[in-house]
Amino acid sequence: MLQIYLPIAEVSINLFLLMGIGALVGILSGMFGVGGGFLITPLLFFVGIPPAVAVATSANQIVASSFSAVLTHIRRKTVDFRMGWVLLAGGLVGSYLGVWVFNLLRSLGQVDLLVQLCYVVFLGTIGGMMFIESLRAMRRAKSGVLPTRRKHNWIHALPLKIKFRTSGLYISVVPPLLVGVAVGVLAAIMGVGGGFIMLPAMIYLLGMPTKVVVGTSLFQIIFVTAFTTLMHAITNQTVDMLLAIILILGGVVGAQVGTRLGSKLKAEQLRIILALIVLAVCGKLALDLLITPKEFFSIGGVS
Amino acid sequence: MRWFVALLWLLAAPVYATEELVAGLSTNRISISATFAGSELMIFGAVKRDAPIADGNLGVIITVEGPKAPITLRQKERLGPIWVNRSALEIDKAPSFYAVNTSQPLTEILSATDNLRHGITIRRAIRSVGAPATIKDPAAFSEALIRLKEKDGLYKVNENTVLLRQSTLFDTSVALPANLIEGPYVSRIFLTRDGKVIESERISINVTKVGLERFLYRLSQENPLTYGILSLVLAIFAGWGASAIFRQLKS
Repeated sequence: MLQIYLPIAEVSINLFLLMGIGALVGILSGMFGVGGGFLITPLLFFVGIPPAVAVATSANQIVASSFSAVLTHIRRKTVDFRMGWVLLAGGLVGSYLGVWVFNLLRSLGQVDLLVQLCYVVFLGTIGGMMFIESLRAMRRAKSGVLPTRRKHNWIHALPLKIKFRTSGLYISVVPPLLVGVAVGVLAAIMGVGGGFIMLPAMIYLLGMPTKVVVGTSLFQIIFVTAFTTLMHAITNQTVDMLLAIILILGGVVGAQVGTRLGSKLKAEQLRIILALIVLAVCGKLALDLLITPKEFFSIGGVS
Repeated sequence: MRWFVALLWLLAAPVYATEELVAGLSTNRISISATFAGSELMIFGAVKRDAPIADGNLGVIITVEGPKAPITLRQKERLGPIWVNRSALEIDKAPSFYAVNTSQPLTEILSATDNLRHGITIRRAIRSVGAPATIKDPAAFSEALIRLKEKDGLYKVNENTVLLRQSTLFDTSVALPANLIEGPYVSRIFLTRDGKVIESERISINVTKVGLERFLYRLSQENPLTYGILSLVLAIFAGWGASAIFRQLKS
């Protein structure tokens, strides 16, 4: 039992519990290439970290885990930098818009609800889509029929085409920009990196090859979460450096385990597991909204 | 000579009537370091008097309270199929921590009027004025605050925990939890007879962060930009360093 007092969160929590959370999220990010923000923030709430500190500090943790992961991807040449910059440009605009929407709803006093509904809707939709898609892919793999990749859809009809060599795409910059904006908005509102929205969007909407999506989304997430961390540190002073470092150390170990586990499983299996985790988190949040609470009152939060 | 004796008697008379409190703490300074996991505060003292003990039920009540600040409470209400936060009420002043230790059950040693006057119990220590008209039941909010804080171990009433020996010496201890907040704390000691407060004493306690805790907290408040950049640099360095170490291990 080694308790550690966190200077900004102002609570004392077991060191190994915090490292465990870091490790769990590290396993996820190593296996699936998602930052794990959608999981780490609720877990931190659960162990008693004040919500504002949890959101800000997990952004800081995501910077670290994404940075170490993206280095690996750069060495493997699985980062489409051109696509990354386009997504980032959209992402920063979206993040700015998202903060604006966030503050508007905060003044109306409904920001908690917005965040919860966003989580339920997006996690539910994406988890469900991924689950169904992976099941289909597994069935196809069994029956031995090769999947036909749709090469042309409405996206290819848009102007301002650019060649994205690493992805092997020749498409308009408009869709990636819009994806970046959308993810930026959601990331700012939900306090996450947005990988779980970005990855399916890149695969299904932009038609990017699976091997470059993870690296490219991580590359973009570093900048967006770094920006978020700075904003939180400056405006609310809610980044807990000690907490972030503990989570990062746990995460590093977890990421190594996750990468190894990930290489043992097939892509479809990986996606089904991720889909189930996403759906489970979504289900938990949905139940919180639907079930009559035991305690009707809560302290604090944003006013 | 007779008038001199009379004068002495007059001077001494108030001393006969008063009972004076002398109290002390095990420590006036509580340091929160990185390994802080709560602390035990001892409060002790004596009743100084020059005369035999007067009749009546003597009681000692000792409170320890943390810094006061406004707290917002939210109430969930049903909206269609889902539960959402509808009404919110700001409690004007609520202590971050509050403990009441007594020598006997509170109802036996403290009258309602004196409780109100000195703000002794938790309910009286919380100040909530001017709830907006849209809030139907403001009292429910204060009750909820107490309930939630009690659950976190931040508000507590410990009856019969003050040991009063021979109506003169008393001592008690208050457990300060690990989720303590920095700031000025105050301990108040009340001496009561038949429910009336006859003497009271205040001792201040300083709860401060020390070492790394203090450095990080101060930096985050006074120089947030530097703090934010430092957080990012550390995060990137840790991420990069770790990945480098694991690459070394593999090769």
